[in-house]
Amino acid sequence: MTAGTAQQRPSSTPTPLREARHSAVTRGPAGKGAANLALLAVGLAFVVPMVWVVAAAFNATAGLSVSWPRPWTFDNFRAVLNVETTYRPVLNGLVLCGGGTVLTMIGAVLAAYPLSRYRSRWNRPFLLTILFATGLPITAIMVPVYGLFVQIDLIDTVPGTVLFMATSALPISIWLTKNFMDGVPIELEEAAWTDGASPMQALRYIILPLMWPGMSVVAIYTFIGLWGNFFVPFVLLLSNDRLPASVSIFTFFGQYGEIVYGQLAAYSLLYSLPALVLYLFLARRLGGAFAFGGAVKG
Amino acid sequence: MTTAQLQRRRAVVRGLPLAPAVVLLTVFLAGPILYCLYSAFTDMALTGSSGASFVGLDNFRKAFTSSDFGRALGYTLFFTITSAIIGQNLLGMLLALLMRAGGAVVRTAVSAVVIGAWVLPEVVTGYLWLAFLGDGGPLNQILGVLHLPGQDWLYSQPILAVSLANVWRGTAFSMLVYSAALSEVPREIEEAATMDGAGTLRRLVSVTIPMVRRTIATNLMLITLQTLSVFGLIWTMTRGGPSGASTTLPLYAYQQAFQLSQLGYGTALALLLLALGGVFSLVYLRVLRLEEATR
Repeated sequence: MTAGTAQQRPSSTPTPLREARHSAVTRGPAGKGAANLALLAVGLAFVVPMVWVVAAAFNATAGLSVSWPRPWTFDNFRAVLNVETTYRPVLNGLVLCGGGTVLTMIGAVLAAYPLSRYRSRWNRPFLLTILFATGLPITAIMVPVYGLFVQIDLIDTVPGTVLFMATSALPISIWLTKNFMDGVPIELEEAAWTDGASPMQALRYIILPLMWPGMSVVAIYTFIGLWGNFFVPFVLLLSNDRLPASVSIFTFFGQYGEIVYGQLAAYSLLYSLPALVLYLFLARRLGGAFAFGGAVKG
Repeated sequence: MTTAQLQRRRAVVRGLPLAPAVVLLTVFLAGPILYCLYSAFTDMALTGSSGASFVGLDNFRKAFTSSDFGRALGYTLFFTITSAIIGQNLLGMLLALLMRAGGAVVRTAVSAVVIGAWVLPEVVTGYLWLAFLGDGGPLNQILGVLHLPGQDWLYSQPILAVSLANVWRGTAFSMLVYSAALSEVPREIEEAATMDGAGTLRRLVSVTIPMVRRTIATNLMLITLQTLSVFGLIWTMTRGGPSGASTTLPLYAYQQAFQLSQLGYGTALALLLLALGGVFSLVYLRVLRLEEATR
């Protein structure tokens, strides 16, 4: 329902789909053919590196080279699909990244509201700081963070790691959310204010429903970013049974001594799956309209 | 209550929703950075924990006179310029333009593939490219079929190899950003240019690109900052090797701090990396502000 409302809202941004259909009318078939060919060439170049992982995952004797699995086998998946190797790390990852995403979104929506709605001389310095923090190499501060976590007894705890992961994703999320929120006309809220709604009520009942496509883009972006994050949990979590999938892919090697490529490929596919599924799910709900770019116009 | 007090109170109430974010950012980001700032001026080490003493600018002097640092800085700039500013940016723009002209089916298929590469976790991308560029890997197989000489790319061209992998991984971001920006360019203006006799290239350079230049500035900055701090991808593919030939600043700082236990020196390097990001940020903001003034 909310998604429906959001898509109906008058938008200055036509979806790429609609736009291109229009262009097909205005441009000649020759130009379209050339564009299609060029696109296919780039697409092919992007697909080729992926072929190995799929082929190797179903190949019992996979190595670095691509050889079509003969016969196709699920042995690699069977070998990695157990609590120790896959289920627990994936579950840990879901808890860490899910928790981190929820916290980030709450923090980002709340912070974006005053930044988007009120003029203040603090807005610009704050946004500059946020922008700078988006480029912060997290590797640079992991040593002091490790020390801090030991001091306040958060080391090797899931809540502590969730807090830090949420913090690391906050700057870019605030930045994107603020830009999306700028796109919601303030007139709608002013009407609500006149009717006696508080700013927080306006945020909850008017802005958020309208921002749903944008918010889900920020949420996917946050989750996928955290899901792929290896360094943070690697430093902050010590117990093997708390490690998420991004880290256990590294311990994979230690357990077997040498690299079993087929199993590594199978595991890579399984580990990538949640990010891919989440993306597809939301991309479909957004109707292919990648509102994402609209948010980074600056 | 005076007007000033009322205004201050109103400002506090309005700013209140910022509190959760500000608390998290202060405790877990600003705090560690300040600590970084302090420890960069000490000879702190992982071992012998108590004996950190103030050494002033020694760590920075060491960095600026060390050939390792110079090399790491060079690789960082090469990696960032090649893979982000040139690779991701231009390819992303090209894809966005082509998609506007291409058919729906092709567009859907190609964007799915490109976005797929973006969605894959960093470590998985690392292994993918490790296999793709490896000695007996697919690239050399393809080159063999074409009767071209193959080589162990990760060994002979490590920094180029990781740059390519980063282009593959990051182009979707620029593509999405530019697709959205281009969809906001009014078609009528381009059509008017066509009426006036402008060719495809002329229309692109004189009409379309200038209309999205603010987006170009923002996108360039975001991908530059992202690329400056890439760690996992390079670490998975080469561990910074062979013999340092793909050690960018994040890897160099990590090696000094965690592997060689030189916390003081490592954090000084991290600080220099932060400064580099700051320089890029300032350039970017400068560009944005100019745009605002001329709009």
